[in-house]
This record gives sequence, structure tokens and C-alpha cells, in this order.
Amino acid sequence: MNIHIDPDRCTGHGVCEGLAEDIFEVGDDGLAHLLQDPPPNDRREVIEQAVQQCPTLALRLADAPPS
Amino acid sequence: MIVGASLAGVRAARAARHAGHTGTIILIGAEEHLPYDRPPLSKTFLTHSSDHPAAHEPDEQAHPPAPAVLMAEDELRDDLGVDLRLGVTATGLDTDSRELLLHDQQRLPYDRLIIATGATARRWPTTTHLAGLHYLRTLDDARALRAALARTTNLVIIGAGFIGSEVAATATQHGIHATIVETQDTPLAHAVGQTAGTALARLHTQAGTTLKCGVQVTDFSGTGHIEQVHLSDGSVLPADTVLVGIGAVPTTGWLTDSGVALDDGVACDPYLATSAPGVYAAGDLARFPHPRREGTLRLEHWTAAAEQGAHAARNAITTAAPTRYEPVPYVWSDWYSHRIQIIGDPHTDQPSTLIGDPDTGQFTVLYRHNNHITAALAVNQPRAIAKLRRLITQKAPWADALTQTTTLNPPATPPAGSRTESRAT
Repeated sequence: MNIHIDPDRCTGHGVCEGLAEDIFEVGDDGLAHLLQDPPPNDRREVIEQAVQQCPTLALRLADAPPS
Repeated sequence: MIVGASLAGVRAARAARHAGHTGTIILIGAEEHLPYDRPPLSKTFLTHSSDHPAAHEPDEQAHPPAPAVLMAEDELRDDLGVDLRLGVTATGLDTDSRELLLHDQQRLPYDRLIIATGATARRWPTTTHLAGLHYLRTLDDARALRAALARTTNLVIIGAGFIGSEVAATATQHGIHATIVETQDTPLAHAVGQTAGTALARLHTQAGTTLKCGVQVTDFSGTGHIEQVHLSDGSVLPADTVLVGIGAVPTTGWLTDSGVALDDGVACDPYLATSAPGVYAAGDLARFPHPRREGTLRLEHWTAAAEQGAHAARNAITTAAPTRYEPVPYVWSDWYSHRIQIIGDPHTDQPSTLIGDPDTGQFTVLYRHNNHITAALAVNQPRAIAKLRRLITQKAPWADALTQTTTLNPPATPPAGSRTESRAT
């Protein structure tokens, strides 16, 4: 499982970090960054939630169909 | 069947498919446009890449600017298998026969229905025959405002809410003289309290936007087109364009007498189910029990529409037990180069504490109920807000939130950074 954060779309809302603080963190640059890359497979469900709830659709799961 | 092809509707369609629904999904939208994303309409969409909004695009009428779509048409139709019907208006609902009534007298049967028709910009209470009065809700509204701003020297905005503030920021940044007229003494005080409202007002005045509070617009005058706006204090503002930003009203007129209970929106239970069997609601119009307090809640936020669309769809199709919708609200707004983020629901009748210095454009306001944190408003604090979101979700002790925020946002000059203020609204 690979997560891609699109830096052109991400504006650092931090919804992803709110859901999975062990995977995502918004930095001082105002962008989300991955704390674990690739993330552990057992966090898949919450990562999918983050992908779905990102207000700017900046997250993508590489092995999932485009959403 | 999903009525309303904006964010909540599109997310409902996607969630239904992802949750394993293999049957038909019909998505009905009143506008002709593909589902589009609204937040940019009050920001970047209004401006052109040159110095002035919509500057001199000769072919703009023939090729109006395109918005960001929520999902490509082939993704919606082919990948998700959605029967997308645009330019179709729902005019009524027969909850006994389970049929949706359309503007062309067609009746569409449904097994499950999600109401997601959103809200409509609140109209100015008096009519004017003068041109130049604008609203901002739909893509067509935004295109009209964009074209008007290209010819505007003086813009008057009625209402210092989020829409009005965002448009003021966009206009001011592009050299238009923008004036906001607000009836309250402090902008957004009803939503975020006096402390935060006062701090947010400074963002406008620092950037050169004129803010006139505690006054009302009484009249418009001009020849064919608005040229002056008259205020209750007797002053007269020159105006080429007027934007009315006084809130939105749930689009529920078509549900009158349908058997779906209404209550300033559509009345829902904690599962987003309405009073009618098989009918759910999502987005701006859904009123649901407050998960943490007495009473009910209706949210007009982007994230709420996205979450509720998906939540209602999953509950509508599930054969297992439905799940309760218990959100921690989140809303953001971009003014000038500032990002404002609000998490939770501010208790404006409780003390709030400001940390940081509004003059620097970096500050946080924390809200409490008894001894725990309930909400936070942060300006230009991208790192802080995600951490505060967790504390608010966990209903963490007030002291923890204070410590966390002070650590991330140390006062520039000790110890003047913190002010506490109490206000009953």
C-alpha cells in the first residue's frame, strides 16, 4: 500500500492527521507529510477514510482505483 | 436515488458503490453543470491570472470559465455506474408510493432516497429594479460576479460572514475598493464569539478592506444600475457592484406536504434518516441531534456535506445496523493570505481564550465547556489545528489544550499574549 500526497492539491487542512496521527503530520510548510512510508497494512481502513475525507482530494492510494 | 448533485450527492453515490451497492444509482441535479466544487467560487474562481478579476477575456461569454469538477463525468457515469441526470428539478415527493416527482411531471420510483438539495442564498428582503445586485452560491452566480468585478471600482458587500469576507479579500487583493457592511457590532460574533470576531475583523482592516459594523443597508440608488448604497447611519457608499452575503436557506420547499418532517431543514435522527421510510438527508439541509449537547445541529460546511453524503448512503443501503452520525465539525475560510480553521462547535456563551497576537496574523482562540475543550479557531496555524482536532475529538481537559497551543504558538512577547474574555450572546 502506497499513499501519494499531491503537493499541488494539499493545503494542510489536517483532516488526515486528525484521523491517523501515526501516518500523517501537517508541517510548518502547511502541507501534510507521511510519517511512515509505506504505512503499515493494518492501518488501511483509516487511511482509506483519510483519502475519502480529504477536502482537497490530495491523497491517493496507489494500489486503489482512482477516486 | 439521490436528489442533489453537489458534494453530498456525489459522495453519497460513491459511498453507496464502495459499500457494495450493485443496483441502480440515479443522481439528479437541478443545475445543468457537472457537479462542481464550491469553495473556490468565492476565491480563485473570481479572479483571472492577470491583475484584475476576469480581466479582458474577449471570449469569456462564449467560453465561460470552468470550475473544478468534483468528479470527471466518465468516472461518475462509467466507473461508478451512476445514472446522472442534470438540469432536472425535483418538485415533490410521494413518500407513500415512494416516488420522486420531477418538473416535467415524471414520477421516478425509489427504494431508498437521499435528499441532498442543499441551500439557497438568502435573498435581500426588498426588491430593487436596479442592476448590480449579486449573490454567490452557484456556478452561474460566480460567473456573473466574476464578470461584474472586472468592471468594478467600488464593491459593497452586505454581511461579514465567510462568503462576504472571502469575496472582500479576493477583491481587495485585486485592487478593488471593497467595503463590508455588517449589522452586528462584531463580525461573526454569533458564530465564533466576540474575541475571535474582533481578531478576525482586524484581518480585513489590516489588508485595506473597509469594515462598517453596526449599520444596515437601507436603500440602493442609481440610474438603471446601482451607483450608491445608503446606510442607516445616513452615509452613502459609492458602488458599482453589491454582493449580498447574508446566509443561506435550506432548499426544502419541494418537500412541503411530502410527509418528510421539516425543521429549518430536514429533520433527521442520529442516523440521518428522515421521518419517511427509506428517505435520508445529507448536507446543508440535514438537521440532526447534536451528538454532545441538547438540541439539534445543521452544518453548512464542506466537510459536513462530504461526510454526511457518505454516511447517509451507507446507512441507507446497509443490511446491518446503521451507524450514528457524530461529527466534530470542521470549517475553513481563506481571507487574503490567511487561513482560518475552526474545529468543533464554539460555545460562544462560554469564556474563550486567545493565544497569540492578532496583529501578527497568527493566533488561536480556544473554547471551553466546563473543564474541557470544545472548539478551536486558528489563523495560520497549520501544525496546531490537527493536534487540536484530536484534543477536541477526545474532549480533552482544557489545560491540555492550553499547553499544547501555547507550545505551538509561543507568545511573541511575554506575557501579553493571552487574553481571556467572557461573553453571553
